[in-house]
Amino acid sequence: MERIPILQMGEFLLVTIQVDMHDRLALALQDDLTNKIVSAGARGVLIDISSLEIVDSFIGRMLANIAAMSRVLDAATVVVGMKPAVAITLVELGLSLPGVRTALNVEKGMDLLRAAGGRAGGPAKH
Amino acid sequence: MSKIPQILREDEQQILAEWMRDMSSAEKRSDLINADDLRQQCDRFLRLLQQATQSGQLAEITGEPYALVRDFLSELSDSRARRGFTPTETAKFVFSLKKPVFARLRVRESGNADELFAAIQTTSELIDKLGLFTTEISQKSREAIISRHQQDMLELSTPVVKLWEGILALPLIGTLDSARTQVVMETLLQKVVDTGSAVAIIDITGVPTVDTLVAQHLMKTVTAARLMGADCIISGIRPQIAQTIVHLGVGLGDITTKATLADAFLVALERIGSSVRSSIAESNGKPRT
Amino acid sequence: MVPQSTETLPIRISSDIVMVRQVVRARAAEIGLSLVDQTKIVTAASELARNTLEHGKGGECQVEVLNSTGRAGLRLSFSDRGPGIPDLTVAMRDGFTTGNGLGLGLSGSKRLVNDFEIATKVGEGTRVTVTRWK
Repeated sequence: MERIPILQMGEFLLVTIQVDMHDRLALALQDDLTNKIVSAGARGVLIDISSLEIVDSFIGRMLANIAAMSRVLDAATVVVGMKPAVAITLVELGLSLPGVRTALNVEKGMDLLRAAGGRAGGPAKH
Repeated sequence: MSKIPQILREDEQQILAEWMRDMSSAEKRSDLINADDLRQQCDRFLRLLQQATQSGQLAEITGEPYALVRDFLSELSDSRARRGFTPTETAKFVFSLKKPVFARLRVRESGNADELFAAIQTTSELIDKLGLFTTEISQKSREAIISRHQQDMLELSTPVVKLWEGILALPLIGTLDSARTQVVMETLLQKVVDTGSAVAIIDITGVPTVDTLVAQHLMKTVTAARLMGADCIISGIRPQIAQTIVHLGVGLGDITTKATLADAFLVALERIGSSVRSSIAESNGKPRT
Repeated sequence: MVPQSTETLPIRISSDIVMVRQVVRARAAEIGLSLVDQTKIVTAASELARNTLEHGKGGECQVEVLNSTGRAGLRLSFSDRGPGIPDLTVAMRDGFTTGNGLGLGLSGSKRLVNDFEIATKVGEGTRVTVTRWK
């Protein structure tokens, strides 16, 4: 099974999700990220979902889980680039993903991560 | 065995000629369609109808033999609707085929009153069905045009203004119903992406009433914007609205609300500014204050 | 003129859920649903397909393009021969969870579609039919 690649940029990890993930792939990403945060000593994770046309409750929970797990590991997570149609649908579905920080794009997301100082504190969105 | 298919096939040109000749100028509507196009429409319709009747099916137009006729009439109704013909005018166009066909039947079945009567009856019912079919299609065409116009108007009445680099304002005016709120939400969120704005101010000064439903819609818009990475501030909360909200027990959650657009703008500037300040501090190597 | 069509997709492994999403997306685009409506129906399909797989232990999805009454629509029918849902009222309430902690997503999916029907019998299975009209 192919896995979603995780790029390391200094103290930050960058993940770009571009494929329509099946559930096992999403779970694998969760595992890989958790492991990599520890092995790389990362203080921030940026997840770029600007290519995703569908985010259902499974993916939504995956994002929430990643945010929660990274927080426990003393890293911050920012999810960037959610499409308007996806956001509208998630809200209608009843998912607001509290605890997941978001930004409009990679640039703003990186600003947020740097400002967060790596600690789970910092300007919380929710 | 009805002779109608045979008559239509053999006398097609004569029927066409008489049809064009008999059509009154009122029916021709040369203001909406030119003579050549009209003649082509008549020719094609008659041809397809004649071919369809060769199957022997003269009572029902819903089956396979009449598929091409139906397709033609659908296109015809659509294009006429767009040109400005009323559904009645399009139906009358189809009905006007009766006269020349009856005239032909009379000639071909002369001396045979019973046969003639039966043929006229059958043809009349057939053309009636075709005419009514165009009415149904026309109605749907016009409905689609109206709903597109409504959509356009809804979008026009949702002007999103860029107040500052990174700050949008959406002054809402009028009542917010479900359909309108959908459009409003989508337009605002799209503008957020297009302009890369991290703050959107939704001003409801011009919204007369805020009930539970409206409040829910606003909540959804704000939550969706957050998921995308933008913050919303609601401004224009009049005292009466504040009372209604509290009275209804509607929670606006932790959405920032301000009485005026100006106040909201100041808050927005702060929000934009604070992230600018901290990244400047970082790049200077100074500790974040 | 969009022809009516019906196709049946198996839901037996997790990659089938992806297939359901892709087919539903294609049909939704064909009948000209707006981007937001496309996203809604595909997301609902994903939720319901996952239910069929996880709660229903596998089943199938019937995808129907509707156009007979002159109004275009997409109807999806998810059926399984799984355990069924004992208490529908509870299941349709937001936040209901069953099995391995994942919510049934029924109430959420209902909000994403125009028509929603569910038939279920304990020990026999479940059938959920949703429609999105243009």
